[in-house]
Amino acid sequence: MINIVLLTLLVVVAIAIIRMKDLFAVAMLSGIYGLLSASFFVVMDAVDVAFTEAAVGAGISTLLLLVVISMTGRSENSTRHKPLLALLIVAITGGLLIYGTLDMPYFGAADAPIHSHVAPRYINDSMQEIGIPNIVTSVLASYRAFDTFGEVVVIFTAGIGVLALLSVVRRPEDSDNIASINDSMHEQHLVVRIVTKMLIPFILLFALYVQFHGDYGPGGGFQAGVIFASAIILYVMLFGLNTARKVINQTFIQLIAATGVLLYGCVGIASLLNGGNFFDYNVLANDPIAGQHLGILLIEWGVGCTVASVMLIIFFSFAARREVQQKNENQHDKNQELL
Amino acid sequence: MLMGLFNHWIVVVLMMIGLYIMIAHGNLIKKIVGLAIFQTSVFIFYISIAKVDGGTAPVLADNFSQYSNPLPHVLILTAIVVGIATTALALSLVVRIKEAYGSIEEEEIQKQDNQIQSEQEVGGQT
Repeated sequence: MINIVLLTLLVVVAIAIIRMKDLFAVAMLSGIYGLLSASFFVVMDAVDVAFTEAAVGAGISTLLLLVVISMTGRSENSTRHKPLLALLIVAITGGLLIYGTLDMPYFGAADAPIHSHVAPRYINDSMQEIGIPNIVTSVLASYRAFDTFGEVVVIFTAGIGVLALLSVVRRPEDSDNIASINDSMHEQHLVVRIVTKMLIPFILLFALYVQFHGDYGPGGGFQAGVIFASAIILYVMLFGLNTARKVINQTFIQLIAATGVLLYGCVGIASLLNGGNFFDYNVLANDPIAGQHLGILLIEWGVGCTVASVMLIIFFSFAARREVQQKNENQHDKNQELL
Repeated sequence: MLMGLFNHWIVVVLMMIGLYIMIAHGNLIKKIVGLAIFQTSVFIFYISIAKVDGGTAPVLADNFSQYSNPLPHVLILTAIVVGIATTALALSLVVRIKEAYGSIEEEEIQKQDNQIQSEQEVGGQT
Protein backbone atom coordinates (compact mmCIF):
# COMPACT_ATOMS: atom_id res chain seq x y z
CA MET A 1 0.00 0.00 0.00
CA ILE A 2 2.78 2.43 0.94
CA ASN A 3 4.50 1.79 -2.36
CA ILE A 4 1.40 2.83 -4.31
CA VAL A 5 1.24 6.12 -2.41
CA LEU A 6 4.95 6.77 -2.93
CA LEU A 7 4.80 5.96 -6.65
CA THR A 8 1.80 8.25 -7.12
CA LEU A 9 3.66 11.03 -5.31
CA LEU A 10 6.64 10.46 -7.61
CA VAL A 11 4.42 10.96 -10.67
CA VAL A 12 2.93 14.13 -9.14
CA VAL A 13 6.40 15.55 -8.46
CA ALA A 14 7.55 14.65 -11.99
CA ILE A 15 4.55 16.45 -13.51
CA ALA A 16 5.29 19.47 -11.32
CA ILE A 17 8.86 19.44 -12.68
CA ILE A 18 7.49 19.62 -16.25
CA ARG A 19 5.32 22.62 -15.43
CA MET A 20 7.80 24.67 -13.37
CA LYS A 21 9.53 27.51 -15.17
CA ASP A 22 11.73 28.46 -12.22
CA LEU A 23 14.81 26.26 -12.27
CA PHE A 24 15.37 26.80 -8.53
CA ALA A 25 12.01 25.13 -7.89
CA VAL A 26 12.93 22.37 -10.34
CA ALA A 27 16.14 21.66 -8.40
CA MET A 28 14.22 21.52 -5.11
CA LEU A 29 11.56 19.26 -6.63
CA SER A 30 14.24 16.94 -7.97
CA GLY A 31 15.59 16.70 -4.41
CA ILE A 32 12.10 15.72 -3.19
CA TYR A 33 11.91 13.25 -6.06
CA GLY A 34 15.18 11.68 -4.92
CA LEU A 35 13.99 11.41 -1.33
CA LEU A 36 10.67 9.85 -2.40
CA SER A 37 12.41 7.26 -4.54
CA ALA A 38 14.77 6.48 -1.64
CA SER A 39 11.71 5.85 0.58
CA PHE A 40 10.27 3.64 -2.15
CA PHE A 41 13.51 1.61 -2.22
CA VAL A 42 13.22 1.04 1.55
CA VAL A 43 9.70 -0.33 1.08
CA MET A 44 11.06 -2.60 -1.68
CA ASP A 45 13.66 -4.11 0.76
CA ALA A 46 16.54 -2.48 -1.15
CA VAL A 47 18.10 -0.85 1.92
CA ASP A 48 21.56 -0.41 0.39
CA VAL A 49 20.11 1.27 -2.69
CA ALA A 50 17.90 3.53 -0.56
CA PHE A 51 20.96 4.61 1.40
CA THR A 52 22.77 5.61 -1.77
CA GLU A 53 19.77 7.30 -3.36
CA ALA A 54 19.08 9.35 -0.21
CA ALA A 55 22.66 10.62 -0.14
CA VAL A 56 22.98 11.13 -3.91
CA GLY A 57 19.50 11.98 -5.19
CA ALA A 58 18.32 14.15 -2.32
CA GLY A 59 21.73 15.50 -1.34
CA ILE A 60 24.57 15.89 -3.78
CA SER A 61 22.65 16.06 -7.08
CA THR A 62 20.36 18.85 -5.79
CA LEU A 63 23.40 20.74 -4.58
CA LEU A 64 25.17 20.43 -7.94
CA LEU A 65 22.03 21.62 -9.74
CA LEU A 66 21.84 24.65 -7.43
CA VAL A 67 25.50 25.53 -8.02
CA VAL A 68 25.03 25.31 -11.79
CA ILE A 69 21.80 27.32 -11.71
CA SER A 70 23.59 30.06 -9.78
CA MET A 71 26.02 30.26 -12.71
CA THR A 72 23.59 29.96 -15.62
CA GLY A 73 20.49 31.85 -14.50
CA ARG A 74 17.36 30.54 -12.87
CA SER A 75 14.50 31.03 -15.29
CA GLU A 76 13.61 28.86 -18.22
CA ASN A 77 12.59 30.23 -21.60
CA SER A 78 8.83 29.75 -21.94
CA THR A 79 8.76 28.68 -25.59
CA ARG A 80 8.67 24.95 -26.13
CA HIS A 81 9.42 23.45 -29.46
CA LYS A 82 6.77 21.19 -30.99
CA PRO A 83 5.07 20.05 -27.75
CA LEU A 84 2.34 18.26 -29.70
CA LEU A 85 4.78 16.20 -31.74
CA ALA A 86 6.72 15.36 -28.57
CA LEU A 87 3.49 14.37 -26.83
CA LEU A 88 2.58 12.12 -29.76
CA ILE A 89 5.98 10.37 -29.72
CA VAL A 90 5.80 9.95 -25.94
CA ALA A 91 2.22 8.60 -26.12
CA ILE A 92 3.11 6.03 -28.79
CA THR A 93 6.28 4.86 -26.99
CA GLY A 94 4.45 4.74 -23.66
CA GLY A 95 1.56 2.79 -25.19
CA LEU A 96 3.94 0.22 -26.64
CA LEU A 97 5.78 -0.13 -23.34
CA ILE A 98 2.49 -0.59 -21.43
CA TYR A 99 1.51 -3.24 -23.97
CA GLY A 100 4.87 -4.90 -23.29
CA THR A 101 4.27 -5.00 -19.54
CA LEU A 102 1.12 -7.12 -20.01
CA ASP A 103 3.30 -10.22 -20.43
CA MET A 104 5.42 -9.49 -17.40
CA PRO A 105 5.24 -11.49 -14.17
CA TYR A 106 3.20 -9.72 -11.49
CA PHE A 107 4.81 -7.59 -8.84
CA GLY A 108 6.19 -9.63 -5.94
CA ALA A 109 5.74 -13.01 -7.65
CA ALA A 110 8.25 -15.46 -6.13
CA ASP A 111 8.29 -17.64 -9.29
CA ALA A 112 9.31 -14.82 -11.65
CA PRO A 113 12.22 -15.77 -13.98
CA ILE A 114 14.52 -13.20 -12.34
CA HIS A 115 14.48 -15.17 -9.07
CA SER A 116 15.44 -18.50 -10.60
CA HIS A 117 18.98 -18.20 -12.03
CA VAL A 118 21.92 -16.89 -10.01
CA ALA A 119 19.91 -15.29 -7.20
CA PRO A 120 19.28 -18.57 -5.24
CA ARG A 121 23.01 -19.29 -5.23
CA TYR A 122 23.77 -15.84 -3.81
CA ILE A 123 21.10 -16.22 -1.14
CA ASN A 124 21.82 -19.85 -0.17
CA ASP A 125 25.58 -20.18 -0.57
CA SER A 126 27.06 -16.75 0.07
CA MET A 127 27.32 -17.39 3.81
CA GLN A 128 29.53 -20.47 3.23
CA GLU A 129 31.48 -19.00 0.30
CA ILE A 130 32.00 -15.41 1.43
CA GLY A 131 31.11 -15.50 5.11
CA ILE A 132 29.38 -12.13 5.50
CA PRO A 133 25.66 -11.60 6.18
CA ASN A 134 24.96 -8.72 3.77
CA ILE A 135 24.37 -10.47 0.43
CA VAL A 136 24.45 -7.19 -1.49
CA THR A 137 28.00 -6.56 -0.29
CA SER A 138 29.14 -10.10 -1.13
CA VAL A 139 27.75 -9.82 -4.66
CA LEU A 140 29.06 -6.28 -5.15
CA ALA A 141 32.54 -6.81 -3.77
CA SER A 142 33.25 -10.46 -4.45
CA TYR A 143 31.05 -12.28 -6.99
CA ARG A 144 30.82 -9.28 -9.29
CA ALA A 145 34.00 -7.48 -8.23
CA PHE A 146 35.17 -7.06 -11.82
CA ASP A 147 31.91 -5.32 -12.70
CA THR A 148 32.24 -2.98 -9.73
CA PHE A 149 35.83 -2.25 -10.76
CA GLY A 150 34.45 -1.00 -14.08
CA GLU A 151 31.96 1.25 -12.28
CA VAL A 152 34.70 2.73 -10.09
CA VAL A 153 36.79 3.47 -13.18
CA VAL A 154 33.76 5.18 -14.79
CA ILE A 155 33.34 7.39 -11.70
CA PHE A 156 37.05 8.20 -11.73
CA THR A 157 36.90 9.05 -15.45
CA ALA A 158 33.88 11.32 -14.91
CA GLY A 159 35.87 13.11 -12.19
CA ILE A 160 38.76 13.64 -14.61
CA GLY A 161 36.29 14.87 -17.23
CA VAL A 162 34.85 17.49 -14.87
CA LEU A 163 38.37 18.58 -13.93
CA ALA A 164 39.32 18.90 -17.60
CA LEU A 165 36.22 20.95 -18.42
CA LEU A 166 36.10 23.24 -15.41
CA SER A 167 39.55 23.54 -13.88
CA VAL A 168 40.76 27.11 -13.50
CA VAL A 169 44.34 28.24 -13.09
CA ARG A 170 44.51 30.05 -9.78
CA ARG A 171 46.96 32.82 -9.15
CA PRO A 172 47.88 33.50 -5.51
CA GLU A 173 46.84 37.20 -5.60
CA ASP A 174 43.30 36.17 -6.59
CA SER A 175 42.56 34.61 -3.25
CA ASP A 176 42.44 37.91 -1.35
CA ASN A 177 39.76 39.35 -3.62
CA ILE A 178 37.73 36.19 -3.42
CA ALA A 179 38.04 35.96 0.35
CA SER A 180 36.22 39.27 0.69
CA ILE A 181 33.24 37.89 -1.25
CA ASN A 182 33.19 34.75 0.84
CA ASP A 183 33.48 36.40 4.24
CA SER A 184 30.51 38.66 3.72
CA MET A 185 28.39 35.61 2.94
CA HIS A 186 29.53 33.34 5.69
CA GLU A 187 29.41 35.66 8.67
CA GLN A 188 25.63 35.52 8.60
CA HIS A 189 23.50 32.52 9.62
CA LEU A 190 25.07 32.09 13.05
CA VAL A 191 22.69 29.36 14.27
CA VAL A 192 23.08 27.22 11.16
CA ARG A 193 26.83 27.59 11.34
CA ILE A 194 27.20 26.52 14.94
CA VAL A 195 24.77 23.60 14.68
CA THR A 196 26.45 22.33 11.52
CA LYS A 197 29.87 22.69 13.05
CA MET A 198 28.76 20.32 15.80
CA LEU A 199 27.19 17.89 13.31
CA ILE A 200 30.11 17.54 10.90
CA PRO A 201 32.28 15.22 13.10
CA PHE A 202 29.29 12.94 13.63
CA ILE A 203 28.55 12.80 9.90
CA LEU A 204 32.18 11.87 9.24
CA LEU A 205 32.05 9.23 11.96
CA PHE A 206 28.80 7.88 10.52
CA ALA A 207 30.45 7.66 7.09
CA LEU A 208 33.26 5.55 8.58
CA TYR A 209 30.69 3.34 10.34
CA VAL A 210 28.85 2.83 7.03
CA GLN A 211 32.17 2.06 5.35
CA PHE A 212 33.30 -0.63 7.79
CA HIS A 213 29.91 -2.01 8.79
CA GLY A 214 28.95 -2.66 5.15
CA ASP A 215 29.67 -6.38 5.56
CA TYR A 216 27.07 -6.82 8.31
CA GLY A 217 24.35 -4.31 7.51
CA PRO A 218 23.37 -1.91 4.76
CA GLY A 219 26.36 0.15 3.72
CA GLY A 220 29.66 -0.04 1.91
CA GLY A 221 32.15 2.03 0.01
CA PHE A 222 29.73 3.79 -2.36
CA GLN A 223 27.41 5.04 0.36
CA ALA A 224 30.23 5.90 2.76
CA GLY A 225 32.07 7.85 0.07
CA VAL A 226 29.04 9.96 -0.73
CA ILE A 227 28.24 10.63 2.96
CA PHE A 228 31.86 11.53 3.72
CA ALA A 229 31.94 13.92 0.77
CA SER A 230 28.67 15.55 1.78
CA ALA A 231 30.05 16.34 5.25
CA ILE A 232 33.01 18.14 3.71
CA ILE A 233 30.75 19.91 1.18
CA LEU A 234 28.66 21.12 4.12
CA TYR A 235 31.83 22.53 5.65
CA VAL A 236 32.69 24.31 2.38
CA MET A 237 29.21 25.82 2.15
CA LEU A 238 29.41 27.26 5.64
CA PHE A 239 32.99 28.44 5.85
CA GLY A 240 33.71 29.34 2.24
CA LEU A 241 35.86 27.85 -0.43
CA ASN A 242 38.95 29.66 0.71
CA THR A 243 38.95 28.29 4.25
CA ALA A 244 38.20 24.82 2.89
CA ARG A 245 41.16 25.01 0.51
CA LYS A 246 43.44 25.59 3.51
CA VAL A 247 42.02 22.50 5.23
CA ILE A 248 41.84 20.20 2.20
CA ASN A 249 44.58 20.23 -0.37
CA GLN A 250 43.20 19.87 -3.91
CA THR A 251 46.16 17.88 -5.22
CA PHE A 252 45.82 15.56 -2.24
CA ILE A 253 42.17 14.78 -3.11
CA GLN A 254 43.10 14.04 -6.72
CA LEU A 255 45.84 11.74 -5.48
CA ILE A 256 43.37 9.92 -3.19
CA ALA A 257 40.93 9.42 -6.10
CA ALA A 258 43.65 7.75 -8.14
CA THR A 259 44.93 5.75 -5.16
CA GLY A 260 41.46 4.28 -4.57
CA VAL A 261 41.26 2.89 -8.11
CA LEU A 262 44.86 1.69 -7.85
CA LEU A 263 44.17 -0.10 -4.54
CA TYR A 264 41.15 -1.83 -6.08
CA GLY A 265 43.15 -2.95 -9.11
CA CYS A 266 46.07 -4.08 -6.92
CA VAL A 267 43.82 -6.45 -4.97
CA GLY A 268 42.96 -8.11 -8.31
CA ILE A 269 46.63 -8.32 -9.28
CA ALA A 270 47.54 -9.70 -5.84
CA SER A 271 45.05 -12.54 -6.29
CA LEU A 272 46.50 -13.21 -9.76
CA LEU A 273 50.02 -13.38 -8.30
CA ASN A 274 48.83 -15.77 -5.60
CA GLY A 275 47.62 -18.18 -8.27
CA GLY A 276 43.90 -17.41 -8.34
CA ASN A 277 41.72 -15.64 -10.90
CA PHE A 278 41.48 -11.85 -11.09
CA PHE A 279 39.58 -10.76 -7.92
CA ASP A 280 39.50 -14.30 -6.51
CA TYR A 281 40.02 -13.43 -2.84
CA ASN A 282 40.16 -17.05 -1.63
CA VAL A 283 43.90 -17.11 -2.26
CA LEU A 284 44.69 -13.87 -0.42
CA ALA A 285 44.99 -15.61 2.97
CA ASN A 286 45.48 -19.19 4.18
CA ASP A 287 41.80 -19.55 5.00
CA PRO A 288 39.41 -18.77 2.05
CA ILE A 289 36.92 -16.97 4.31
CA ALA A 290 39.66 -14.81 5.84
CA GLY A 291 40.85 -14.07 2.29
CA GLN A 292 37.36 -13.00 1.29
CA HIS A 293 37.11 -10.71 4.32
CA LEU A 294 40.46 -9.12 3.55
CA GLY A 295 39.68 -8.65 -0.14
CA ILE A 296 36.25 -7.11 0.51
CA LEU A 297 37.65 -4.78 3.17
CA LEU A 298 40.39 -3.54 0.83
CA ILE A 299 38.26 -3.01 -2.26
CA GLU A 300 35.46 -1.33 -0.26
CA TRP A 301 38.13 1.00 1.11
CA GLY A 302 39.32 1.71 -2.45
CA VAL A 303 35.74 2.38 -3.60
CA GLY A 304 35.10 4.67 -0.62
CA CYS A 305 38.27 6.70 -1.26
CA THR A 306 37.55 7.11 -4.98
CA VAL A 307 33.86 7.96 -4.60
CA ALA A 308 34.44 10.49 -1.79
CA SER A 309 37.29 12.24 -3.55
CA VAL A 310 35.60 12.31 -6.96
CA MET A 311 32.49 13.88 -5.38
CA LEU A 312 34.76 16.47 -3.74
CA ILE A 313 36.66 17.11 -6.98
CA ILE A 314 33.36 17.67 -8.79
CA PHE A 315 32.03 20.04 -6.13
CA PHE A 316 35.28 22.00 -5.79
CA SER A 317 35.57 22.37 -9.59
CA PHE A 318 32.05 23.81 -9.86
CA ALA A 319 32.51 26.09 -6.87
CA ALA A 320 35.88 27.39 -8.10
CA ARG A 321 34.44 28.09 -11.54
CA ARG A 322 31.59 30.01 -9.98
CA GLU A 323 34.00 32.02 -7.87
CA VAL A 324 35.98 33.11 -10.93
CA GLN A 325 32.77 34.08 -12.72
CA GLN A 326 31.63 36.15 -9.74
CA LYS A 327 34.99 37.88 -9.60
CA ASN A 328 34.85 38.73 -13.30
CA GLU A 329 31.35 40.13 -12.87
CA ASN A 330 32.49 42.25 -9.93
CA GLN A 331 35.38 43.60 -11.95
CA HIS A 332 33.02 44.27 -14.82
CA ASP A 333 30.75 46.26 -12.49
CA LYS A 334 33.69 48.24 -11.17
CA ASN A 335 34.81 49.08 -14.70
CA GLN A 336 31.28 50.24 -15.51
CA GLU A 337 31.29 52.53 -12.48
CA LEU A 338 34.63 54.01 -13.50
CA LEU A 339 33.30 54.75 -16.98
CA MET B 1 -3.90 -7.30 -12.92
CA LEU B 2 -4.16 -3.64 -11.90
CA MET B 3 -2.29 -4.25 -8.64
CA GLY B 4 0.14 -6.74 -10.17
CA LEU B 5 1.33 -4.40 -12.92
CA PHE B 6 0.84 -1.04 -11.17
CA ASN B 7 4.57 -0.58 -10.49
CA HIS B 8 5.49 -1.31 -14.11
CA TRP B 9 2.92 1.19 -15.39
CA ILE B 10 4.18 3.90 -13.07
CA VAL B 11 7.70 3.17 -14.34
CA VAL B 12 6.46 3.67 -17.92
CA VAL B 13 4.69 6.92 -16.96
CA LEU B 14 7.80 8.30 -15.22
CA MET B 15 10.00 7.26 -18.12
CA MET B 16 7.72 9.02 -20.60
CA ILE B 17 7.64 12.17 -18.44
CA GLY B 18 11.43 12.17 -18.54
CA LEU B 19 11.44 11.60 -22.30
CA TYR B 20 8.91 14.40 -22.82
CA ILE B 21 11.07 16.85 -20.86
CA MET B 22 14.08 15.80 -22.92
CA ILE B 23 12.26 16.40 -26.22
CA ALA B 24 10.00 19.38 -25.56
CA HIS B 25 12.10 21.61 -23.32
CA GLY B 26 14.90 23.74 -24.71
CA ASN B 27 16.61 24.56 -21.44
CA LEU B 28 19.67 22.36 -21.00
CA ILE B 29 19.38 22.09 -17.19
CA LYS B 30 15.73 21.04 -17.57
CA LYS B 31 16.85 18.42 -20.07
CA ILE B 32 19.35 17.02 -17.56
CA VAL B 33 16.63 16.86 -14.88
CA GLY B 34 14.47 15.02 -17.44
CA LEU B 35 17.31 12.59 -18.05
CA ALA B 36 17.60 12.03 -14.28
CA ILE B 37 13.85 11.25 -14.06
CA PHE B 38 14.22 8.79 -16.95
CA GLN B 39 17.19 7.19 -15.19
CA THR B 40 15.36 6.92 -11.85
CA SER B 41 12.42 5.23 -13.56
CA VAL B 42 14.79 2.45 -14.67
CA PHE B 43 16.08 2.16 -11.10
CA ILE B 44 12.50 1.84 -9.83
CA PHE B 45 11.83 -0.86 -12.44
CA TYR B 46 14.83 -2.95 -11.39
CA ILE B 47 14.09 -2.62 -7.69
CA SER B 48 10.39 -3.45 -8.22
CA ILE B 49 11.09 -6.71 -10.02
CA ALA B 50 13.58 -7.71 -7.30
CA LYS B 51 10.86 -7.63 -4.61
CA VAL B 52 9.51 -10.98 -3.44
CA ASP B 53 6.22 -11.13 -1.52
CA GLY B 54 6.93 -11.93 2.12
CA GLY B 55 10.65 -11.44 1.57
CA THR B 56 12.91 -9.21 3.61
CA ALA B 57 16.01 -7.13 2.92
CA PRO B 58 18.88 -9.34 1.70
CA VAL B 59 20.91 -9.32 4.91
CA LEU B 60 21.15 -12.89 6.20
CA ALA B 61 19.64 -13.48 9.65
CA ASP B 62 18.59 -16.61 11.50
CA ASN B 63 14.88 -15.93 11.77
CA PHE B 64 14.28 -15.26 8.05
CA SER B 65 14.36 -17.60 5.10
CA GLN B 66 12.77 -15.55 2.30
CA TYR B 67 14.84 -12.69 0.88
CA SER B 68 14.34 -10.26 -1.97
CA ASN B 69 16.65 -10.70 -4.95
CA PRO B 70 20.01 -9.04 -4.15
CA LEU B 71 21.38 -8.89 -7.70
CA PRO B 72 19.29 -5.92 -9.01
CA HIS B 73 20.15 -4.07 -5.80
CA VAL B 74 23.85 -4.38 -6.58
CA LEU B 75 23.39 -3.22 -10.16
CA ILE B 76 21.31 -0.18 -9.19
CA LEU B 77 23.48 0.75 -6.20
CA THR B 78 26.48 1.26 -8.46
CA ALA B 79 24.35 2.78 -11.24
CA ILE B 80 23.16 5.57 -8.92
CA VAL B 81 26.70 6.67 -8.07
CA VAL B 82 27.83 6.36 -11.70
CA GLY B 83 24.69 8.35 -12.62
CA ILE B 84 25.60 11.29 -10.41
CA ALA B 85 29.17 11.29 -11.74
CA THR B 86 28.01 11.41 -15.36
CA THR B 87 25.31 14.00 -14.51
CA ALA B 88 28.07 16.16 -13.04
CA LEU B 89 29.98 15.81 -16.32
CA ALA B 90 26.85 16.91 -18.24
CA LEU B 91 26.38 19.88 -15.91
CA SER B 92 29.98 20.96 -16.41
CA LEU B 93 29.38 20.89 -20.18
CA VAL B 94 26.35 23.14 -19.57
CA VAL B 95 28.55 25.57 -17.64
CA ARG B 96 31.02 25.70 -20.52
CA ILE B 97 28.19 26.19 -23.04
CA LYS B 98 26.86 29.08 -20.97
CA GLU B 99 30.31 30.67 -20.98
CA ALA B 100 30.75 30.22 -24.72
CA TYR B 101 27.25 31.19 -25.93
CA GLY B 102 25.88 33.26 -23.06
CA SER B 103 22.73 31.13 -22.98
CA ILE B 104 21.59 27.61 -22.16
CA GLU B 105 18.45 27.66 -24.31
CA GLU B 106 18.74 25.25 -27.21
CA GLU B 107 17.13 27.62 -29.75
CA GLU B 108 19.43 30.49 -28.84
CA ILE B 109 22.50 28.25 -29.24
CA GLN B 110 21.23 26.92 -32.57
CA LYS B 111 20.60 30.46 -33.81
CA GLN B 112 24.13 31.54 -32.94
CA ASP B 113 25.58 28.44 -34.60
CA ASN B 114 23.60 29.07 -37.80
CA GLN B 115 24.74 32.69 -37.79
CA ILE B 116 28.40 31.69 -37.53
CA GLN B 117 27.94 29.10 -40.25
CA SER B 118 26.28 31.51 -42.69
CA GLU B 119 28.98 34.11 -42.01
CA GLN B 120 31.63 31.52 -42.81
CA GLU B 121 29.85 30.61 -46.04
CA VAL B 122 29.69 34.26 -47.08
CA GLY B 123 33.37 34.62 -46.20
CA GLY B 124 34.24 31.57 -48.32
CA GLN B 125 32.42 32.89 -51.39
CA THR B 126 34.04 36.31 -51.51
